[in-house]
Amino acid sequence: MTATSLRSPQGAGRTGDKIFSGAALAAGCLILAVLFGVALFLVVQAIPALTAPADKIQGGAGFFPYIWPIVVGTLIAAVIALVIATPIAIGVALFISHFAPRQLAAGLGYVVDLLAAIPSVVYGAWGAAFLAKEISPAYNWLAGNLGWLPILQGPASATGKTILTAGIVLSVMVLPIITSLSREIFLQAPKLHEEAALALGATRWEMIKMAVLPFARPGIISAVMLGLGRALGETMAVALVLSSGALTASLIQSGNQTIAAEIALNFPEASGLKVSTLIAAGLVLFVITLCVNMIARWIITRHKEFSGAN
Amino acid sequence: MTATLTPVRSKRSALTKGQLPKYAPYVVLATALIIGAAVLALIGFNAFGWGILSAILFAAGLVGWSAAVEGSRKAKDKLATCLVVGSFLVALLPLVSVIWTVLVNGVPGIITPGFLTNSMNGVTGAYDNKAVEAGAPVLGGIYHALLGTVQITLLATVISVPVGLLTAVYLVEYGNDGRLARAITFFVDVMTGIPSIVAGLFAAAFFFAVVGPGTKTGAVAAVALSVLMIPVVVRSSEEMLKIVPNELREAAYALGVRKWRTILKVVIPTAISGIASGVTLAIARVIGETAPILVTAGFATNINNNVFGGWMASLPTFIYTQILNPTSPSNPGPSSQRAWGAALVLIILVMILNLGARLIARIFAPKTGR
Repeated sequence: MTATSLRSPQGAGRTGDKIFSGAALAAGCLILAVLFGVALFLVVQAIPALTAPADKIQGGAGFFPYIWPIVVGTLIAAVIALVIATPIAIGVALFISHFAPRQLAAGLGYVVDLLAAIPSVVYGAWGAAFLAKEISPAYNWLAGNLGWLPILQGPASATGKTILTAGIVLSVMVLPIITSLSREIFLQAPKLHEEAALALGATRWEMIKMAVLPFARPGIISAVMLGLGRALGETMAVALVLSSGALTASLIQSGNQTIAAEIALNFPEASGLKVSTLIAAGLVLFVITLCVNMIARWIITRHKEFSGAN
Repeated sequence: MTATLTPVRSKRSALTKGQLPKYAPYVVLATALIIGAAVLALIGFNAFGWGILSAILFAAGLVGWSAAVEGSRKAKDKLATCLVVGSFLVALLPLVSVIWTVLVNGVPGIITPGFLTNSMNGVTGAYDNKAVEAGAPVLGGIYHALLGTVQITLLATVISVPVGLLTAVYLVEYGNDGRLARAITFFVDVMTGIPSIVAGLFAAAFFFAVVGPGTKTGAVAAVALSVLMIPVVVRSSEEMLKIVPNELREAAYALGVRKWRTILKVVIPTAISGIASGVTLAIARVIGETAPILVTAGFATNINNNVFGGWMASLPTFIYTQILNPTSPSNPGPSSQRAWGAALVLIILVMILNLGARLIARIFAPKTGR
């Protein structure tokens, strides 16, 4: 009698517990399933393009001759973005973490976050309407004075809608990612090391060089890799800014194309085998960014385990 | 008397001997600005060039002076400071430029009568030609796109928040840092890096396979946005649940409260401000996504109230198509005016969401009583 009266409210609670923990577990598993599903459905829909006869694919030479120029184009745009963004981002992160007055630092961090909040299509529109026009005289100058370099070979594009412009817009978009991650790492640098360096008479720059940067190196590398992942997959900046074409070595002529922009420009009107081809291109992009992100995350977790700082 | 005063003065100057005076940066800055203006006056003045030239002159002058007076170590320190501050100013340039461009181009679009209340249904190139050639008002608006954005984002939020929040609960309360929990954490991190267009392709491929080829509706776009949104919700909710003090949980258990009721009634209410602000930030992130909507919802010019049927417009795709394929190819002016107006509305929406997230976090923060 007493046993049952004690058990019955407990029983109700136990069912609730089971349902709730089951739901939580299911949600977690759903995420794994979604990621698996992304890969699965892309593969399933891409198979027709991979198995089709070569002359049916756009360009008439098969899937791999179609995909490799735009893979190279994607890498070129991403590398330009990183070359520009990395030093500036590290500078901005250092400014916020070690140079700015402490009362201002939080507000300045918010300003950099605003850069991340602006939608990519607005950056694309800005790049196409403002930056491309303003920067084309600089391209003419580059073509005239440094034209002997293959990457700066003239004649420069008159509209300024080149892969270099697209890379600059991309660099603006990856800047806040690299900045915010590096800032976190710089703030975690062991305070005692910094104070010890200053106490020994080091200048602020020497302190940063000796105590902060060596500690932060793995973090910076993974931040840059995450920025690379974003730059590889970014669509709108390239689709709106670049006037695309065949693969060319010169960065200041129109030409080149990236995977993401190729999909965005062609998918809305595509049908049949063209859809499969574009989904297969998306699969290639997915695999590339997945590898880059996994390496970056692996560096971060490994670093977390071995760092005794916190 | 004078003999005792002199050594004191010389001792003081000995303390400050190898240092630049406090006013040094200001003097160098003023000199750099003047020289920069003078040089540019000779070859044609513009504000941008003046800023760049003055900054270079300032850095060179300050570092050179410091090297002469203070030695190379202090000079290197000055150089590093100049570079770091300079990089911050360079990072501000695009932000200011983007906001300025959108404001200048967007305000004429937004103040056009009917811009927020009309759709693009029936607006053809002929009207745009008339607007340019005869000065007729620019017709058409963004009502359909605004409506589409709200519907798609709302549906994406309805899908993502329960899944994301429950996953965070699993990771913090049930996972015990086991193998599954670590796998989920890792893949959630990896998921944050999925390119948005791949998320769009996944949703498209999924619905092509399940419903039929060519399925493009607002719901497909919402699924695509959920793939992008869930990891953000999981990460932010997880952080917030983690900082709920363990004493609260233990106190609830000690009173005999079941674990699920503890989570629902104690843990989540304590963390709700952080969770809500994280969700708001996630919405702000996906509301501006263009590529996934482009490949999943198509682009419509008419008002579509049904998320589950028919193509649907959204603000980002509206901007994209108006710029890339103007309504009147011979007179793209009115189209670009509409595009910039829509861009301004989109930026305002995102900024409101960002500020809202901050306000939510501040207003609903748990009262600690300390």
